[in-house]
Amino acid sequence: MAIEVLMPALSPTMTEGKLARWLVKEGDDIKSGKVLCEIETDKATMEVEAVDEGTLLKILVPEGSEGVAVNRPIAALGSKDEKYEPKTAQLKSEGVGEQKSIIAAAPVTPQPLSSSAPQPFVMREGRIAASPVAKRIAQERGVNLYAVIGTGPNGRIVKEDVLSAISQTSAPTISAPQSGATQATKLPSPAQALPAAQSGPNAKQLADLLGQKYTEVKNSPVRKIIAKRLTESKQTVPHFYLTVDCELDALLAARKALNEKENAKVSVNDAIIKAVALALREVPAANAAWTEEAILKYTDVDISVAVATPDGLVTPIVKQADSKSLLDISKEMRDLAARARDNKLKPTEFQGGGFTVSNLGMFGIKDFAAIINPPQGCILAVGAGEKRAVVKDDKLAIATIISVTLSVDHRVVDGAVGAEFIAAFKKLIEESESWLK
Amino acid sequence: MTQQNFDLIIIGSGPGGYVAAIRAAQLGKNVALVESTHLGGICLNWGCIPTKALLKSSELYYTLQKLDEYGLEAKNTAFDLNKIVKRSRDIAGQLSAGVKHLLKKNKVTVFDGFGVLAGNQIVKVSKDNQPVAELKAPHIIVATGARPRVLPGIEPDGKLIWTSKEAMIPEQMPKSLLVIGSGAIGIEFASFYRSLGAEVTVVEIADRIMQAEDEEISAMARKAFEKQGMKIITGAKISKLEKGKDNVTAQIEANGKTETQTFDRVISAVGITGNTENIGLENTRVQTDRGHIAINPWCETREPGVYAIGDVAGPPWLAHKASHEGIICVEKMFGIPGVHPLDTKKIPGCTYAHPQVASIGLTEAKAKSEGRAVKVGKFPFIGNGKAIALGESEGMIKTIFDATTGELLGAHMIGTEVTELIQGYAVAKTGELVEKDLMHTVFPHPTLSEMLHESVLAAYGKAIHF
Repeated sequence: MAIEVLMPALSPTMTEGKLARWLVKEGDDIKSGKVLCEIETDKATMEVEAVDEGTLLKILVPEGSEGVAVNRPIAALGSKDEKYEPKTAQLKSEGVGEQKSIIAAAPVTPQPLSSSAPQPFVMREGRIAASPVAKRIAQERGVNLYAVIGTGPNGRIVKEDVLSAISQTSAPTISAPQSGATQATKLPSPAQALPAAQSGPNAKQLADLLGQKYTEVKNSPVRKIIAKRLTESKQTVPHFYLTVDCELDALLAARKALNEKENAKVSVNDAIIKAVALALREVPAANAAWTEEAILKYTDVDISVAVATPDGLVTPIVKQADSKSLLDISKEMRDLAARARDNKLKPTEFQGGGFTVSNLGMFGIKDFAAIINPPQGCILAVGAGEKRAVVKDDKLAIATIISVTLSVDHRVVDGAVGAEFIAAFKKLIEESESWLK
Repeated sequence: MTQQNFDLIIIGSGPGGYVAAIRAAQLGKNVALVESTHLGGICLNWGCIPTKALLKSSELYYTLQKLDEYGLEAKNTAFDLNKIVKRSRDIAGQLSAGVKHLLKKNKVTVFDGFGVLAGNQIVKVSKDNQPVAELKAPHIIVATGARPRVLPGIEPDGKLIWTSKEAMIPEQMPKSLLVIGSGAIGIEFASFYRSLGAEVTVVEIADRIMQAEDEEISAMARKAFEKQGMKIITGAKISKLEKGKDNVTAQIEANGKTETQTFDRVISAVGITGNTENIGLENTRVQTDRGHIAINPWCETREPGVYAIGDVAGPPWLAHKASHEGIICVEKMFGIPGVHPLDTKKIPGCTYAHPQVASIGLTEAKAKSEGRAVKVGKFPFIGNGKAIALGESEGMIKTIFDATTGELLGAHMIGTEVTELIQGYAVAKTGELVEKDLMHTVFPHPTLSEMLHESVLAAYGKAIHF
């Protein structure tokens, strides 16, 4: 029996997209996890991976097709000699959840991937709880329930959640009722239209109540993901913090020499990325992530680097940074940062990573503590290099000092290991002649 | 007088206030409850409960009249109105004592007196115009309830023209009774008095009785009441009430004609209005809207720290709505996660006449007016074995589904014990079940509840027994 591959929804509000490119052809033997094609929306390009195995019987939608509706069959898999006969009914009647067994957009790979801030949307894994009405509406409207945040009992997705996911970007097309909690004598304020589920003080309701003035900036999907991921991290990851000051003068001098010699533009941040990578090679225990079953120690040293974009924080990855030259890291970082700001990164360029560096030195911040970028175990917050009075050989002296603070997930990395890492980092920064060349 | 500090002060101990008090106490809060009259409020003392007690008596009496149908015989059946009323009052007293016990058990401090908002988080309590206490708390819930609305020209005097309260404690049986208004309260009294033999005339200004109900149910109810000998005049207005010595003459305008008729007693049941007066709202920024305190979905008023729940905060005027608001309000103010505002489309409403009427959600007309494609299921009591065995084969259960999503939009029922049945659909609505879930639910046989199942099946053309 042939299995239809359906057009996936890359975001809760996506109704159609462009099938950009097929990466397989009819007759190919498809293994689970094989990338079948690339889908483009205005927000992102995503790879569609096969979940089922078999022979690609037929490509139903040619590449380059625009406006392909979500859940429309785009290809068929089956056994080798099978002939594909199109099904008349395109939609399964048993609810959206089942479609996961047929298709999966790239982020739903079983590996522990970084579902950190920059993803265009977060897909949950495993079973999702949704009310029957929520499932029906999702199916009718082509909403991907894996990307909807549930506010019902125990996080169950209820009707209101699906309706608000739809209305967030496509308000004009929706005439569905809003929160049911309106009554004749309720305050006639716009606060009623808020998602009913928020608990805790709601800034808008309070402002309306008190007559405070404000303008509203709609949350982009990226903004919402950042909010959700960081809240989750700060609330569920047991953070602790280690701060150390590093003398930077020698590194600055070596960098200057290198830039002059190579006619390059290596930044302090590039050097810090390299130093972090080398320190992680010395203390691999800090290049790790928590799961309930095991601590994952990453084999590669992949450094996520926080980049501010107009939409929010993105963390492109310098992969295997420990084995790259400083000049290569510098070039790569410039390219990644530029494309991050233009929203042109591929998901593979910002998903993953084992350790994050966040630098606010360029804004003159002396020292700060960053929120861990889950599922990674550590993030290093880097402040500004500045001249400070220091005590050297019992005398007051001037040195360029940079303060760094390591935020650590205590489940993964204990205090001593964290201290070991940060000591290794400090040593690399202060004795850079061995590697900064 | 020393000021006493609390975490929460609640003014009014009806089903909104006392439930909110107990919930806050469960959360470890120090709660003050101020009550001027009787614990339990109108519901327990002069509303839901005593009327249900009265209606049980009248229902039994009504059944006695048709004992023959059941193969039974009783001679000299009669009722003693004083005993009926006494039973009703005793039950109210019993429940009020129960509330007192619950509050004590939960360590809620009860103040016997009239609470007034004094501003700055202060409530002043007085009894017989003497100050009793001064209370202070960062949170104050106004749960002062409501009272019968008074229309000009139909001012109740407590003797000839009754409100619900006097109608609950009649000293003697009126031979003829005019009921003005056909909402739940008017209809319940009309049914009570009719069952005990009074000549009852119901006058309704709208074009049908029980306007909140589905049109079809409302028509069936009218037919059932008229069959029992009730006189119902819709699209009618009382243009004049003239009180005599022991009767009232009413001018009833309907269909362009004016009819004059004399009744022993009149019950005015033309709605209710919130108890917003003399409670110090003027000392706060609390605002009112059409006789009720204006609140947002979290029961917050315009004055930070002051909340309103239940009847005083507007319709639907139902005890269970008040209780639910009380819990939402308290949990929200004390930061319990996962609190949701009340969805009024999920509140069942019940009328305990003979026959009973119960409903939840949208009527068929309302659902259609929202532009939805709907599927409507109807199942009559005559198709249900248990109903026939009970000798109660009149009635219907009607369900309305969204044809696209299978969401249960509304359910409407009339017949014996439907007030106990409606809850099945309330659970379905809260759990956002679709038609398939209900179809796959196993209902026990033989029960009236099987009709809940059949009505759903009927909406999709699959009813078995009809």
